[in-house]
Amino acid sequence: MYGFEALTFNVHGGYLEAIVRGYRSGLLTAADYNNLCQCESLEDIKMHLSATEYGPYLQNEPSPLHTTTIVEKCTLKLVDEYKQMLCQATEPLSTFLEYITYGHMIDNVVLIVTGTLHERDVQELLEKCHPLGMFDSIATLAVAQNMRELYRLVLVDTPLAPYFSECITSEDLDDMNIEIMRNTLYKAYLEDFYRFCQKLGGATSEIMSDILAFEADRRAVNITINSIGTELTRDDRRKLYSNFGLLYPYGHEELAISEDIDQVRGVMEKYPPYQSIFSKLSYGESQMLDKAFYEEEVKRLCLSFEQQFHYGVFFAYMRLREQEIRNLMWISECVAQNQKSRVHDSVVFIF
Amino acid sequence: KRSCTHRYCFAVCIKQDQRSRHARGTVPTSKERGVREEQIVKKIFATMVGSSSSWSTALVKISPYTFASIGIAISIGVSVLGAAWGIYITGSSLIGAAIKAPRITSKNLISVIFCEAVAIYGVIVAIILQTKLESVPSSRIYDPESLRAGYAIFASGIIVGFANLVCGLCVGIIGSSCALSDAQNSSLFVKILVIEIFGSALGLFGVIVGIIMSAQATWPSKG
Repeated sequence: MYGFEALTFNVHGGYLEAIVRGYRSGLLTAADYNNLCQCESLEDIKMHLSATEYGPYLQNEPSPLHTTTIVEKCTLKLVDEYKQMLCQATEPLSTFLEYITYGHMIDNVVLIVTGTLHERDVQELLEKCHPLGMFDSIATLAVAQNMRELYRLVLVDTPLAPYFSECITSEDLDDMNIEIMRNTLYKAYLEDFYRFCQKLGGATSEIMSDILAFEADRRAVNITINSIGTELTRDDRRKLYSNFGLLYPYGHEELAISEDIDQVRGVMEKYPPYQSIFSKLSYGESQMLDKAFYEEEVKRLCLSFEQQFHYGVFFAYMRLREQEIRNLMWISECVAQNQKSRVHDSVVFIF
Repeated sequence: KRSCTHRYCFAVCIKQDQRSRHARGTVPTSKERGVREEQIVKKIFATMVGSSSSWSTALVKISPYTFASIGIAISIGVSVLGAAWGIYITGSSLIGAAIKAPRITSKNLISVIFCEAVAIYGVIVAIILQTKLESVPSSRIYDPESLRAGYAIFASGIIVGFANLVCGLCVGIIGSSCALSDAQNSSLFVKILVIEIFGSALGLFGVIVGIIMSAQATWPSKG
């Protein structure tokens, strides 16, 4: 019952909630980002990061540092923290933590299938996969020729199996179909996660519903904008939108028939939470939309830490870490390519 | 003579001959009086419930010792339940938060001590109540006065037990938030401690009322 979680939450979740709040205090602050943005080279970045929590992960790296190494080590830290939490969690928190990684699993599957299509080496692709989304039989994805084989050979044993029922066709895999497959899988995953949180009830369902609804709406807008001018039909586009969120169902109707960005803006400005996002962009511009969405997401994730005794803090922490890794990647790339003036284009401050 | 030393007999006597008998000053023997009082109590309850319903009789026939003993058990048992609940709520958060910020452990033990105090209140009141429990001769065990003493001890036990239960819960939840906030920002500790102090005053209210309630638990004297 909402309001009384405080009485029994700490039996199973109290220790891990305190641990995740401790991890949160280790996120990089605005002062750290200011220091990093003023770095001249990747060695400077490494020196600044060794004063933060990333120190032990970066100190043993040999001297010609690449941006991919920095990102890889930071992701390794995230994976270590996640595994530490997962091994101490009981039900239903352990299922909740596993749900957080299914999105990465979907990305990995699509990465390997696309790479195989373009005739890349499987080992090389496996190294590029996100470590949180690895599962045992991932290497055999390279063998599959169409979606039915993909499902039958590999995916039926993974947690992604129930999401495949909507997208099994006998068509061969090509770029368009793979993107549609990715979006269909992600839609099924979001809806499943939403249902799971509703079943948990209480503060968790309230907070996670808000965050997941924003995610669903953001994906709907991105799908719309990316499919303007492609051969994706309106009905196909409709099928890729999730069936929850602020935009469901009337916003989806209108988004499905939009043909350019100004129409999308017209649709979104009817919803007060998204009006503030779109008012920051001038007409006809869509580059800043990603950053605006990230900023809004970070704001909502930080708000979830204001309440105690719910599982939303775990999801929020994972997402905030991923945002931080994105920030570090952007800063490293700008520094490595000597374009420091563009550094602030895409860095979202968390605190 | 109209004056009668048996004030309660006079008030409830129904029959005319009894009234006039008292007026004449003829004192009945103690055995007769015991029988008479039992009949009077039955009549009182019969008029109250409309008939001699078995539930009301059953309730009245429960020995006041039972009520008093259950009151003592609730006072200590439920208080300790509240204290334990509060301590585990605080303790699990404190352990997890202390991994990142070890400095918070010694100060935040105060929250645990506040919860523990709640259990101590329960023990003190239980000891006070059990000294109030005296034996009465079996003929007087269903006197209104002895029933009253039994109910008073029972009520005192419930008051203290449940007040301490919610006080322990309150202090425990605040203590958990206090530990987590202190780990992030150490200036918050003292401010949240003030909230905890107000919370622990709730248990004290329960103890005070419980002790006042039990002070009036006087069993009928022998003889």
